[in-house]
Amino acid sequence: MAEIVHPSPALAHQFDNLEQQKEASTLGMWVFLTTEVLFFGGLFVTYCIYRLWYPAAFAAGSREMLIWAGATNTAVLITSSLTMALAVHAAQTGNRRLLMSFLIVTMLLGCVFLGIKAFEYHTEFAEHHVPGAAFEFQPQALRQNAQLFFSLYFVMTGLHALHMIIGLGLMSFMLWWAWNGTITKEYYNPIEVSGLYWHFVDIVWIFLFPLLYLIGRHV
Amino acid sequence: MRTLVLPPHHYLNDGYGIKSWLLTRDHKRIALLYLAAITFFFFLGGSFAVLIRLELVTPPGDLVSDETYNKLFTMHGVIMVFFFLIPSIPSTLGNFLVPLMIGAKDLAFPKLNLASWYIYVLGGLFTIYALVTGGVDTGWTFYTPYSTVSSTTSVIPAAMGIFITGFSSILTGLNFIVTIHRMRAPGMTWFRMPLFLWSIYATSLIMVLGTPVLAITMLLVAAERVLHFGFFDPALGGDPVLFQHLFWFYSHPAVYIMVLPSMGVVSEIVAAFCRKQIFGYKFVAFASMAIAVLGFLVWGHHLYVAGESVYAAMIFSALSFMVAIPSAVKVFNWTATMYKGSISWKTPMLYAMGFIGLFTIGGLTGLFIAAVGFDVHVTDTYFIIAHFHYIMVGGALMGYLGGLHYWWPKISGRLYPESLAKLSAGIIFLGFNLTFFPQFILGYLGMPRRYHAYPPEFQVLNVLSSAGASILGVGYLIPMAYLMWSLRYGKIAGANPWGASGLEWTTTSPPPTENFAETPIVTEEPYTYPLRAEAHLG
Repeated sequence: MAEIVHPSPALAHQFDNLEQQKEASTLGMWVFLTTEVLFFGGLFVTYCIYRLWYPAAFAAGSREMLIWAGATNTAVLITSSLTMALAVHAAQTGNRRLLMSFLIVTMLLGCVFLGIKAFEYHTEFAEHHVPGAAFEFQPQALRQNAQLFFSLYFVMTGLHALHMIIGLGLMSFMLWWAWNGTITKEYYNPIEVSGLYWHFVDIVWIFLFPLLYLIGRHV
Repeated sequence: MRTLVLPPHHYLNDGYGIKSWLLTRDHKRIALLYLAAITFFFFLGGSFAVLIRLELVTPPGDLVSDETYNKLFTMHGVIMVFFFLIPSIPSTLGNFLVPLMIGAKDLAFPKLNLASWYIYVLGGLFTIYALVTGGVDTGWTFYTPYSTVSSTTSVIPAAMGIFITGFSSILTGLNFIVTIHRMRAPGMTWFRMPLFLWSIYATSLIMVLGTPVLAITMLLVAAERVLHFGFFDPALGGDPVLFQHLFWFYSHPAVYIMVLPSMGVVSEIVAAFCRKQIFGYKFVAFASMAIAVLGFLVWGHHLYVAGESVYAAMIFSALSFMVAIPSAVKVFNWTATMYKGSISWKTPMLYAMGFIGLFTIGGLTGLFIAAVGFDVHVTDTYFIIAHFHYIMVGGALMGYLGGLHYWWPKISGRLYPESLAKLSAGIIFLGFNLTFFPQFILGYLGMPRRYHAYPPEFQVLNVLSSAGASILGVGYLIPMAYLMWSLRYGKIAGANPWGASGLEWTTTSPPPTENFAETPIVTEEPYTYPLRAEAHLG
């Protein structure tokens, strides 16, 4: 028997139904993440080439990293990915309170990550490890090439941190939408798509951590 | 004969006033916003070309200083490449036509589409800021270490302008990809899509995959210049050639961002004005995809003289030759479509013919310089300049103008004056060849690019080139004038003035805001010529 379908208030005018809208925004986010892979890809290529050319300087640079900070941050981010996945699940089952709680925990973990990162930056600044005229590095012989390592370190982690900040902005929006009832059991796609972005930023860190912190540990 | 009238409700009269335009989400209005913006940048970039050609009329550098000349060719390149050629067809015709051609109400993300336009404008403002604060002198290629260490000009604002505009390009490509995947009308299968859409799809892939690499490269240049971080600085063990690799990883495929959409336009025009189904539809469609893929594998041919290994150069050379295959597939298929077709020589067809001829010359000279030995001889000479202007102006721009004329009745609801348009198409063709053909000879004889003075024996060819440029300039101003005129005074076009196939011709001209009264259902193959010839209004 034919059912009378009322268009959902969440349906944008250009789509025929919510299913099409959902597929479109999910595909849109995947395409966007592909561009992000290429964006970070340029950096990873640069990193690989210089690490191949200057293994000693890169290992020495890596030994200067605060390993406990990097390891803690890795754990924090992986946990935030878990809470994000749980938030998506809560949205699917229409549990608004749980959704909001998980979003808040995810955001708090993101803030912890950024706090630890800021502390690391401060330490490196104090130790004159920021490239430029004031850069200092022992042994002196590796000073020039180690600057390449630290340039890459700051740009790679800096861009990653910027993506985290954008992610936090996105999560605030989602929290607002969860609170005012825009997100429903039928229309939870924005949470899902934001989750994709959050997991992507997490995965970038999973690559950054070994490349920047761990390569010099056992040399 | 019945009198044609404009439809009572269409996207142009759906709201008046500046707000209805600047806050619109209608892809058709956004296309017109782009049209206005890129036309501005086209004439701005063109004005630098005028000054360049004026300087080169006489052998000594007498009109402008060498430093000013460096800024002229840099600003010409930056503006023409990033603010005209790359957005040209995708942002205007693509924006207007993608939803119409697949039978959708709009693009998948209309707000993002409008945001893309604002991002483009913001990038443009940065570039204009770079211009008024003294310009940039690095060349549009921003090679390090000159751009990071030596140049004292406004490199950062220009690099940021390119960085920002890149996101407009990425988001436009993303919007097209999602729209083509998810918004097609019932029955519009992939192989029923017009070839223009295959071209736009292939172009979007390049935009989405290439542009972020340029973005990160520009960011690294900025970080090296402002923060004194090292990435390409030889003093720190960095490699300037790495910059060139990253830059050309985007900027070579960018050439296909410029020319692929034009190829799509030409496919539409050739079929419509030969009244024949396109020859080898699938070959033309897959050739677009092949060009997009191969385009990513050939960047190294810009580095033959930059210290690339012999083996790398050999491989890049072989891969570059392979681009000729899908390109030739297209040219042969257009030619085969024309064979025994009922050809009418309307203005769009003249531009399409111009495209085929000039693109062939540009493409074949591309084979010369894909060969390492010959390229070493002509690297950084006017031969290179002539080659890429044949592709970008002779190819991309001809396709753009052809498409603009072909779809103008759909965009505006009115016809442009045909004989004046034919005349200016002829002027542009003549002016173009007079401008750039002598540059092949100049380059072969050894005149280097990017110099404001040259030996007296090169004067005759340079004067020919400058004379051609003045004709070309007039040729561009005439369409600008009559297209504006036709907005008010042109004859009413009717829904399908060319008797063309394709969903965009089944709706009114101009189309209503929602594009179609009801969602079309597609039941037939594309290019069902000559079946519709009877419906032709003549």
